Amino acid sequence: MAQSAVSASSAQPVPEITPISLKAIAPWALFFGLLMLILLYFIGAEQGATAVLSGEGVHEWVHDGRHLLGFPCH
Amino acid sequence: MNSISVRALLVRGMLAGLAAGLPALGVAYLLGEPRVDSAIAYEDAHSHEHGAELVSRTMQSTAGLSTGVLVYGVAFGGIAALAVCVALGRIGRFGPRATAALVSLGALVAGYLVPFFKYPANPPAVGDPDTLDQRTTLYFLMVVLSVLLAVGAVILGRRLAPRLGNWNATVAAAVAFIVVVGLAYAFLPSFNEVPEGFPATLLWQFRLTALAVQCALWVSFGLLFGHLAERLLSPRPTAADRVAATGATGPATAERP
Repeated sequence: MAQSAVSASSAQPVPEITPISLKAIAPWALFFGLLMLILLYFIGAEQGATAVLSGEGVHEWVHDGRHLLGFPCH
Repeated sequence: MNSISVRALLVRGMLAGLAAGLPALGVAYLLGEPRVDSAIAYEDAHSHEHGAELVSRTMQSTAGLSTGVLVYGVAFGGIAALAVCVALGRIGRFGPRATAALVSLGALVAGYLVPFFKYPANPPAVGDPDTLDQRTTLYFLMVVLSVLLAVGAVILGRRLAPRLGNWNATVAAAVAFIVVVGLAYAFLPSFNEVPEGFPATLLWQFRLTALAVQCALWVSFGLLFGHLAERLLSPRPTAADRVAATGATGPATAERP
């Protein structure tokens, strides 16, 4: 119904949603994107091919998740 | 639209990711764990090197698995929410709910399926530890490549849309994506490290389960996050709207400013 109201009031159909400016997204994407990737790294690859922490604790703890989520494990 | 809605969408994305992790965890536990156990039983029967168990199998298959799947859900939920922020209003005339559904579908295909067809999930006992470094690098490379190509395909599709129309532009962009992915498949190295005698049925079932986990995660996420984003960004129908919607012969002037 919002759609019909819009197209009725103007000849040119306008997008329903105004895009969020990339400048507004950038800081969030940079900080949280990086944070999310670090989380994925610890779930998917830590103490496998590379290791930030020593030992096998992280690898062993998420072992089953790593296999079932499709990461190369061992 | 400002950074307030980016933050609001990001928070909802991470929460929806956590919630979507629950059905994925259910699939992983109920369908996945029996296969992991079978594969470990095969591994134990065929190799004799055995170190001390750092984390018990019970912990691995419950708390460990939950940590893995739920953190994965939160992380991808956050990333997908950021992708929705960018995609909103830029991929055509889709509302928040449809945008969330399309981004989730794209994430499932580009983030998981495309890499999976080249480097599929492997159960324990499959995979040579000596090639782990190489396989890890190539897997992540394939994920990044596939996601970048998918973003490229969307941009290409939007560029072609004015000339070809939305339908044909989408088909053309999809074909371009498939062709380049095919080239990547052809040129990147493959691995065949299934030990001789490893049950083919078990391997097939394990991989199918891995796919089911992802489908459960992304379908749940798309629906949940779409619902939350729609409620956040689309104004709720007011009483006047409802009157206008139900009364077909109602005064047209009510809708006009």
